[in-house]
Amino acid sequence: MIALQAMAFLLVAAGGTAVALTRDPTRQVLVLALYGLLLSVLFVLLQAPDVALSELAVGSAALPLILLVALAKVRGREHE
Amino acid sequence: MSERGRLLLFVAGAAGFAALLLWGLAGLPAFGDYRGPYGDVINASAVAQRHLTNMASAINFDYRGFDTLGEEYILFTAVTGLALLLREIRSEIEEAPRDASPNRDASDRSDALRWFGLMLAGFTNLFGLYVVIHAHLTPGGGFQGGAILGTACLLVYLAIGYRAFRTVSPKVLMDFADATGAGGYALIGLGTLLAGGAFLQNMLPLGQTGDLLSAGTVPVINLVVGLEVSGGFILMFAEFLKETRKPSREKDA
Repeated sequence: MIALQAMAFLLVAAGGTAVALTRDPTRQVLVLALYGLLLSVLFVLLQAPDVALSELAVGSAALPLILLVALAKVRGREHE
Repeated sequence: MSERGRLLLFVAGAAGFAALLLWGLAGLPAFGDYRGPYGDVINASAVAQRHLTNMASAINFDYRGFDTLGEEYILFTAVTGLALLLREIRSEIEEAPRDASPNRDASDRSDALRWFGLMLAGFTNLFGLYVVIHAHLTPGGGFQGGAILGTACLLVYLAIGYRAFRTVSPKVLMDFADATGAGGYALIGLGTLLAGGAFLQNMLPLGQTGDLLSAGTVPVINLVVGLEVSGGFILMFAEFLKETRKPSREKDA
């Protein structure tokens, strides 16, 4: 269990770094969604399944959608 | 500031931040070492006192039910504010918006994707209902279940399209769910006041621990929270998705 938790912590650290280092906003949203997935795995391994459920629904579905829509809106305005 | 100057400033700042962080980490209790007294008290007494097996729900919807009422209204206020900000202005036309993005038409999706997406939406919906209903028994509750129900409707959007999304979650119904859920929580509290107890005191029969109908008001509160959160999430999605579409005809005014 400790080894799994350590691995999840490392993956979350790598995921967070990847989000910060991704330059293109659209790709960044997808990396952020993946990062949300990694976070919810970490929460499960830390025995907080209810927090993991929230993170899964909000972090890897709702938040990316809102960001993608905002990006599409901004792009649409630039093209006009 | 030059590139070099910025880098130097960053290195100095990052080094200071890292030093402070390591200093703080060194003073933390060992990993997994729990020192708060309240968690142990709740774990020891909540099952006997409230006949439930999900301690997080015992705190959120019973012992500290009043705090959660405030939290629920955070989401309600956020969704209301969003609907107000993104509302249709009178010169805009709400009827029959056309998709402004070229590659998001329903006909572009393959049959396999549509069927798989719809199937997934069904299972997700069922799971969301399960999480809401079993709030007092297993991990999760009204908030988590409501969010999952919201993403189930989102799957319908991804699999079929905007119109199907609006058909499975009509605005009138979602408005009703959002408002009834938010108001219902406060009404349960007022009900316990009228019945002679404290605000949100758990006064319903507690039942048999582990039963679906047990733990008094906890599952009832989770039901209204699930209504509010699912309605709120779907309204939020709908407001945002509407923004990617253009009115079918611009009005002259």
